[in-house]
Amino acid sequence: MDLTTDITGLRLKNPVLTASGTFGFGLEFEDYGDLRDLGGIVVKGLSLKPREGNPMPRLAETPCGMLNAIGIQNPGVECFLRDKLPRLPWRETAVIANLYACGVEEFGELAGVLSAEEGVAALEINVSCPNVKEGGAAFGQDPLQIGRVTEAVKKRAGTKPVIVKLSPNVTDIAACARAAESAGADALSAVNTLLGMAVDVRTRRPRLANVVGGLSGPAIKPVALRCVFQCVRAVGIPVIGLGGISSAEDALEFLLVGAAAVQVGTANFLRPDFAFRLARELPEALAAVGAAGLDAYRGGLVLPE
Amino acid sequence: MTRRTCREMTVGELTPLGQSERPGEFYRLRLLGPGFGTWEPGQFVMLRPASWDLELLWGRPFSLAGADEEGVSLFFQVVGRGTRRLAALAPGEKVTVWGPLGNGFAVEPGTRTLMLAGGVGLAPFLGYAAAHPAPENLELLFAHRLPLDCYPYGELAARLRAEAVHEATPADLPRVIRRITEKIAEYAPDGLVLACGPTPFLRTVRQAALDHGVRAQVSLENRMACGVGACLGCVCRDGLGHHVQVCTQGPVFWAGDVQL
Repeated sequence: MDLTTDITGLRLKNPVLTASGTFGFGLEFEDYGDLRDLGGIVVKGLSLKPREGNPMPRLAETPCGMLNAIGIQNPGVECFLRDKLPRLPWRETAVIANLYACGVEEFGELAGVLSAEEGVAALEINVSCPNVKEGGAAFGQDPLQIGRVTEAVKKRAGTKPVIVKLSPNVTDIAACARAAESAGADALSAVNTLLGMAVDVRTRRPRLANVVGGLSGPAIKPVALRCVFQCVRAVGIPVIGLGGISSAEDALEFLLVGAAAVQVGTANFLRPDFAFRLARELPEALAAVGAAGLDAYRGGLVLPE
Repeated sequence: MTRRTCREMTVGELTPLGQSERPGEFYRLRLLGPGFGTWEPGQFVMLRPASWDLELLWGRPFSLAGADEEGVSLFFQVVGRGTRRLAALAPGEKVTVWGPLGNGFAVEPGTRTLMLAGGVGLAPFLGYAAAHPAPENLELLFAHRLPLDCYPYGELAARLRAEAVHEATPADLPRVIRRITEKIAEYAPDGLVLACGPTPFLRTVRQAALDHGVRAQVSLENRMACGVGACLGCVCRDGLGHHVQVCTQGPVFWAGDVQL
């Protein structure tokens, strides 16, 4: 079955990508599968300078989900380009850089650095991280700011497709999607984590040092699916769906509402070979629901009359 | 270098240990299936039973108490939702196991080596003592709160010089700390100290080792989501204050290289 997918010039051998922040730089998973079998790898959020991230504790497990407040800990773009990217099979698998910055200009600067790199297939703008005080969600909750950041990145991205990763923590995600499209985004990814909180009743303290964090995992799948559905109807550019995908059937749901591709996030923690298995199982899952092919199935949601 | 794998194993034996105030609190778990031919004592595995489905998402990290081609052995205490569900596993149930993960304890056959264990921190020393080429150079000091029969202490004590110190009440703590400190001092200047246990215990060990100039390694425990260095949820601070991952850069660190 042909699973190749085109996302505004970004060619993928299959529609299974790994979500930023859940797959490291890909190299962490080399023992558990062949990275070349994946449609693409969206690497850990990158900033111009290294970031230490938030204090511990940074994680809490919740029913069917998890909270994280890592705070974009990363070694900086220079280290990524020098030490990580050359070790990735980027000629065989799309490597997508996820960009994090504290201001519009900085986003542009980061895009400029990454656009010069042959091994980077596309840029994903993180305007939706709920775990950092500067930038992050503040950009992603305002369509005007989404437009400004998108424009700045697009201007410096050269020929690289620009993907805008949207936040579900908004009243009207369709408005955010349209703002990104109008500013030149080539694609969207929806959605980042939902803002959440957990409390320890014995110590009377929040379970995260950052107090609040991003909720991910199967618990958020219905919300994410709804967001993707609304984005697909609001824009003409491809939408990559993510949020709680934990089985091939979950991936099919996102494809059915019109997602061009999917990203696997928290499920990478269920078992480290999850993404590889999903890429392998997808043809069989499509066949099991009677789909002639990926293109024929995608967007085939039947709505009530 | 040990290669990491993800594999399906089945529950062989799940044996309750000892009589604590809470019955069914300590267990030895033997998982069957293609085990690990090569591993280092101090390394750990993540395990996640299939029966958790999507309710509990993360695997749980456990020190390897033993491993061979046929399977792996672990020792755990019921402290939360995950370990409570582990204690209810039935023989034959499927468990996804990935590892061996992290780095192991230093092995220096000709060096006098003190193993300091706190509570369930005894687990990695079962494997360490079994694999050590010169067990006559090993000594164990075991600090515990619950009855000794809750832990596989007897097995080790039968084969090595071993001493247990009991912290029955908080009033016993100064005595326990004093004994740990005395023992560490005996290993200055050229011995080796290895420690595994709760963070306050490791803090005591680290400080005493630094005070007496003894080389010491501590095995840190931390909440982990992935175990492979991707989620960055299990970091601690190194000597310079930078975040380092416990799962891949540890769990065993030289005492002077981390802040506790």
